[in-house]
Amino acid sequence: MENLKVVGQSVPRIDGLEKVMGSAQYVDDIEFGPGLLYACVVESPFAHAEILSVNTAKAAQVKGVVKVVTGRDFPDKFGLYMKDRHVFATDRVRFVGEQVAAVIAWDQKTALRAARLVEVKYKELPAVLDPVKAIDQQCCLLHPGLGDYTCVPWFFPKKKTNVAHCRKTRKGNLEKGFAEADVILEDTYRVPRYAHCAIEPHAIAGLYDNAGRLTLWSASQSPFTQRNVFAEALSSLGLTHKDVRVITPYVGGGFGGKAGVSMEIMCAAVATAVKGHPVKLMWNRAQEFYNTYQRQGVVAKIKMGVRKDGTITALEHLLFWDAGAYVEYGANVVNAAGLSASGPYKIDNLKIDSHCIYTNLPPGGPYRGFGYSEFGFGLESHIDRVARKLKMDPLEFRRKNAISAGDILPYGAPMNDNGLRECMDKAAKAIRWGHEEKPSAPNKAIGKSIVLLWKAPAMPPNASSSAFLKFNEDGSLNLLVSGMEIGQGLLTVMAQIASEVLSVPVAKIRVETPDTDRNPYEWQTVGSHVTWSCGNAVKRAALDARRQIFELVQRVHSIDASELYLENECVKCHTKPDMAIALRSFVIDGMQAKDHTFKGGPIMGRGVFLPEFASAIGDPETGQGGKPNVHYTTGAGGVIVEVDKETGKVKILKAVLAVDAGKAINPDLCRGQITGGLLQGLATVLYEDMRFSDKGKLLNPSFSDYKIPTALDEPAEVVPILVEVAQPDGPYGARGVGEHTMIPAASMVANAVFNATGARIKSMPVTAEKIALAINQPEVFAKLFY
Amino acid sequence: MKTEITFRLNGIERSLFVEPNDVLIDVLRTRLGIKSPKIGCDQGDCGTCTVFFNGKTVRSCLVLAIEADGGEIVTLEGLSENGPTPLQRAFADRNAFQCGFCAPGIILSATELLQKNPEPDRHEIQEAIAGNLCRCTGYTPVIDVIAEVAAKKTAGKNRKSR
Ligand code: FES
Ligand code: FES
Repeated sequence: MENLKVVGQSVPRIDGLEKVMGSAQYVDDIEFGPGLLYACVVESPFAHAEILSVNTAKAAQVKGVVKVVTGRDFPDKFGLYMKDRHVFATDRVRFVGEQVAAVIAWDQKTALRAARLVEVKYKELPAVLDPVKAIDQQCCLLHPGLGDYTCVPWFFPKKKTNVAHCRKTRKGNLEKGFAEADVILEDTYRVPRYAHCAIEPHAIAGLYDNAGRLTLWSASQSPFTQRNVFAEALSSLGLTHKDVRVITPYVGGGFGGKAGVSMEIMCAAVATAVKGHPVKLMWNRAQEFYNTYQRQGVVAKIKMGVRKDGTITALEHLLFWDAGAYVEYGANVVNAAGLSASGPYKIDNLKIDSHCIYTNLPPGGPYRGFGYSEFGFGLESHIDRVARKLKMDPLEFRRKNAISAGDILPYGAPMNDNGLRECMDKAAKAIRWGHEEKPSAPNKAIGKSIVLLWKAPAMPPNASSSAFLKFNEDGSLNLLVSGMEIGQGLLTVMAQIASEVLSVPVAKIRVETPDTDRNPYEWQTVGSHVTWSCGNAVKRAALDARRQIFELVQRVHSIDASELYLENECVKCHTKPDMAIALRSFVIDGMQAKDHTFKGGPIMGRGVFLPEFASAIGDPETGQGGKPNVHYTTGAGGVIVEVDKETGKVKILKAVLAVDAGKAINPDLCRGQITGGLLQGLATVLYEDMRFSDKGKLLNPSFSDYKIPTALDEPAEVVPILVEVAQPDGPYGARGVGEHTMIPAASMVANAVFNATGARIKSMPVTAEKIALAINQPEVFAKLFY
Repeated sequence: MKTEITFRLNGIERSLFVEPNDVLIDVLRTRLGIKSPKIGCDQGDCGTCTVFFNGKTVRSCLVLAIEADGGEIVTLEGLSENGPTPLQRAFADRNAFQCGFCAPGIILSATELLQKNPEPDRHEIQEAIAGNLCRCTGYTPVIDVIAEVAAKKTAGKNRKSR
């Protein structure tokens, strides 16, 4: 192993000071001057309806209103993986809150007032809210045009149904597997929808200037993806990619909610209607709940067969996703789950069907964990139950079946190197697995659990990253990437990688958030893949700069480049201990040769990374073939809970998560991901839950009614554990851990509650109410929840 | 009907005309260029708009601008005019925040706590910032730093008094 100086150190974040000083700029903090306009949208009150007419005359007459636009103004469809959405609804609305028109005015209050005067006539249609019912061929169709929509080649929409995609994975012989089983357990698990609740609501401003250039300032995880989608969706105006520029200042939390394109497309479109004026579109907290991506709900039917010795012989995992009104991004969540819903287990006979089903609820999409948090609840609950049926220790059962490097994955490729077993052992030790604990009162009971997790970045096989770095006169560096700082600390970690190669201290490296005009390409900051992918690009850029430096020294001083190395911002030589040429002496002005001429010039490095080994050519019927996932990050989590058997209240006494980071480039920041992600996950299982009326209207779109954790909900003890089994193709061995911190939380709690009380809750959230009923009034519980 | 109001903002007297229904956070952000208080919900639930008003923290999305007339407002911009406070320093050094959107509000609430109660226990810290939502950190790193800074301060004082 190399002797690392900066990588592996918990250096302070390079954006830390500006954030604590209140200087960090988010979109809404930018000044746009007196020419600024505000847009406000007109929303559908129905979950499903035909639009008969839209009359904007009254709204347009309001003093202060500049323009009113409707679906007719922007006829093109858009979407990331499947183009099934319009900028504004045209002929139909498909969820409550869907945008039908927008009013643009000189101030926000006027825009809001005028929006109420837009008259829309609807003809209500039956609403489809239940994904399992929606799959029925007789059910009312949300998208009669399905099948004609453009989509990526690895999606398989079913014409004349509500099934936008089904990812089928088949491995081995399922029937044979079940025939070999001594015990078979079959059950259904339900996971509702969840909201990201980033504290910064979505915000975007756009300016279409008089020369025809469109600039957007966007709170986004995906500047380049936004540019691509905007340019395509607005191509009828003659816009090309070079005419569209997306600038992304700091983002106040993303978690997938600011990935891809959701409400931002409206601002891009609206800006083109008011040429010459910047226009701002900001979601209020309620809109943040009902008109951005939500985490999709899922009904999971699981059947597992096992031999007496604990070997899993077969798994059938059928997932029915409530994907919402438009699946343009959510379908890829469904796809990811369909490739990996075996969990990190070696299962020879496997069948997964992951159905992406249209419903008349808000569009589903990516949320930290990208499908794995969702299926993990059912799968890991089921595994615990199977183990207990066999009278086997659930940890032992997991050990027996856990996947190892080289084992064959569900789609046929081999599993990567991983520290899953080490994670399991360390997590078990931290929660004192097997050791009895005493409850604090006689009506309370203690429970423990250990669950496993894995997740691969869900990305197209050709998603790439690039980096560019340039030296300054004093030897400091500007590093340009388009990986997005969404709180995880990307900018700092990228600086650490460049610092390691070039020996320039992190404090002398500036890395800023992206601007698509100035910064090189990055696919998106999603899928916990940027540390790995963008990190590789940065390392290559730094190595490129180092090569230029060494070649220059070789040229000027006739020393072989192989004898040179960098240390303390100087070029040094293995064979000449006294030599030390300061970087700052030549990285801009060149190096002086014996004849007093100067050689070289500004040193600038470039680096590109694309996973050249990946492909997405899996067979539609079996999923076999190709290498759709670049690698999996694995881990194990556990909790100790104390449950009050009368009230059902759960107290988390200790929460542990061990995750294999490959190499923790900044351990502090990795641990930060664990404490944050774990609590976010614990909230989904303990109390968060989106409630809809039987008309498809979200009933709790506020922080008063949709409770997220406060400081008082901090678990009594959180133990983050970092395991480091190197990812051979990662920068210094690193792989991502951002999402993995949320994935195990739900099943951890469900299993520990069972362990404490014997109550098995098969639908999320696992609330005090459900637990108390399950313990004390099982008949009522059965009636209400199953 | 516009009314003229005058108040001290971060130590400087400011006057301007406001509508009776103008809200303090909007006036601070859009008319006076004070950007550290953020709008996370606009209805009193998240605490990102926290400012000091006459020495106490308030949610400025729930305060009408005219109420500020004759008063004194301090935001993060004013609190740290002479460089970061020990609390801000510690938050930065210890990587306590992630996206940072909640930071201004949490820092003001924590500052108020340490002014009123220099030796808070963990539960008191949790309570003091319970009105400030943070979705990124899980709170533990933030609470740890507040506890450490409080402990250091008291240790320093004790030494002096001895
Ligand atoms: S914006 Fe004031 S409390 Fe949320
Ligand atoms: S650090 Fe993101 S909300 Fe607190």
